[in-house]
Amino acid sequence: MKQRPITRRKLVLLGSAVALVKMTGASSASTATATATLGFDELYGKISVLGLSFSDKVKGLAEAEVSMQGFMAPPLKAEANFFVLTETPMALCPFCSSDADWPDNIVVIYLDEAQTFEQANAPIEVSGRLEVGSWTDPETGFVSLLRIVDAHFRTA
Amino acid sequence: MTGHKTAVNALGVYADRTKASLDDPRVETIAEALRRTGNKSIGVVSTAEVEDATPAAVVAHTRLRADKADIVGMFFVVKPEIVLGGGSAYFLPQSTPGSKRKDDKDYIAMFRDAGYTLATDKTELVAAKGTNTGKILGLFHTGNMDTTLDREFLKKGSVEKFPNQPGLVEMTQTALDQLSKDEDGFFLMVEAASVDKMSHPMDWERSLFETIEFDKAVGIGMEFAKTHPDTLIVATGDHTHGVSIIGTIDDQKPGEEMRDKVGVYADAGFPNYTDENGDGYPDKVDVTRRLAIFASNFPDYYETFRPKLDGPFEPAVQNGAKQYIANEKYKDVPGAVLRVGNLPKTAGTAVHAVDDVVLQATGPGAEEFKGYMEESDVYRVLADTLALAPATN
Repeated sequence: MKQRPITRRKLVLLGSAVALVKMTGASSASTATATATLGFDELYGKISVLGLSFSDKVKGLAEAEVSMQGFMAPPLKAEANFFVLTETPMALCPFCSSDADWPDNIVVIYLDEAQTFEQANAPIEVSGRLEVGSWTDPETGFVSLLRIVDAHFRTA
Repeated sequence: MTGHKTAVNALGVYADRTKASLDDPRVETIAEALRRTGNKSIGVVSTAEVEDATPAAVVAHTRLRADKADIVGMFFVVKPEIVLGGGSAYFLPQSTPGSKRKDDKDYIAMFRDAGYTLATDKTELVAAKGTNTGKILGLFHTGNMDTTLDREFLKKGSVEKFPNQPGLVEMTQTALDQLSKDEDGFFLMVEAASVDKMSHPMDWERSLFETIEFDKAVGIGMEFAKTHPDTLIVATGDHTHGVSIIGTIDDQKPGEEMRDKVGVYADAGFPNYTDENGDGYPDKVDVTRRLAIFASNFPDYYETFRPKLDGPFEPAVQNGAKQYIANEKYKDVPGAVLRVGNLPKTAGTAVHAVDDVVLQATGPGAEEFKGYMEESDVYRVLADTLALAPATN
């Protein structure tokens, strides 16, 4: 697994105050390639009890700039530097839920700088670089297989 | 399932004060008692994840029911002959997409190596019936299985992803066919999990269809008992919800607001569901005069007075302050009204209630269920009836 750039976490730690939504493109990377849109129903090629497999589209877009629409699930911890993007607004049962009770089709979003939580009833559009493969968040232990990193979002 | 009272969220332990959830003092579960005292087979069947509280209670010891990956390991220790339900995500190593484990253990492979026949859909479950290994692991969903209303009628929920899930009736039948081969007898726990899972979000139609399915599963047991009269059947709930049928909702009734169409007492009349194909389920769920069912407790939500045909109801969603607010998806349903909740804003769904629970039983030992009983004393009747006792020389 690639080393996550240390700068981002620093940024997030610094940015506990409200950060402005970055409307212009990311400062570096996004020069040549156009951003591809990815839908929740396009994530998996095969879905079975014995595991899912990523779609050809996801495999093809690994490390590319993508944008996805979805809903922002409330962060696990207020200071977490990632959040979970879900297809529908989340209604976790507080009695029976843990972080393990997320639906299958989630995408973990690591922001390039801190942004405030978006109201869960409103869809958002996230843009950033797609990462495919297992990654355990070092601070929370949250395991993800699909991530959009160096990301920013706006209301869709 | 230990015959002991414990703490909320705990399974098979006396809750201690340490933070670690797996080090609490353990109480023997019924499966362990059966293993210790004899050779009876054990079956666990649920429409929830098999790691969910009720199926887990047969084998598990943890202060936290959410320790689902650990609970899979506890199933593996006890190795019930039959394990059927959802929750495969906790059996898969973390490298497999869809896994919810945080380690590399492949419990699918481990159960197979331990002699289990694996079934992952209805067709494979039928094939597994013919197994001579005596052990079946049936996992039909990565999470909780879909409800009967979704599986058999509306094709919503996650049925598109898992189109060939068996129901509780088929699972119960398979379990009985297999377990009854054991001449020493068996213990089978069958849970109609989504009666509760759909009562939380106040999806009454889905919950009622599950109740019908549960009734049919009990029917399978009753049929079995006719030819195996030494079978005790106990049907009960693990808790109640604050929910009641109070009349009907009649779209033909005059009135501007949906509440005007709620008929109570003599004005309720009878619902106009039909069952022309005789399958025991209403042919159509969204009839014009349907059951009026309401909860005594709720978060903020939009009351639509109608069945949710697009998938299970999600009454409330969290906002940034982690407070549950009404899910606006239902705001524009014709006639929908905002009901301001009476639960704290930390509650996203309706909650369990402490009403007394009905228990019905038939067969040997059934006469010991009588009057008012503590829930934990159900175990004593089971232990007596199964004649659980230490092995003698």
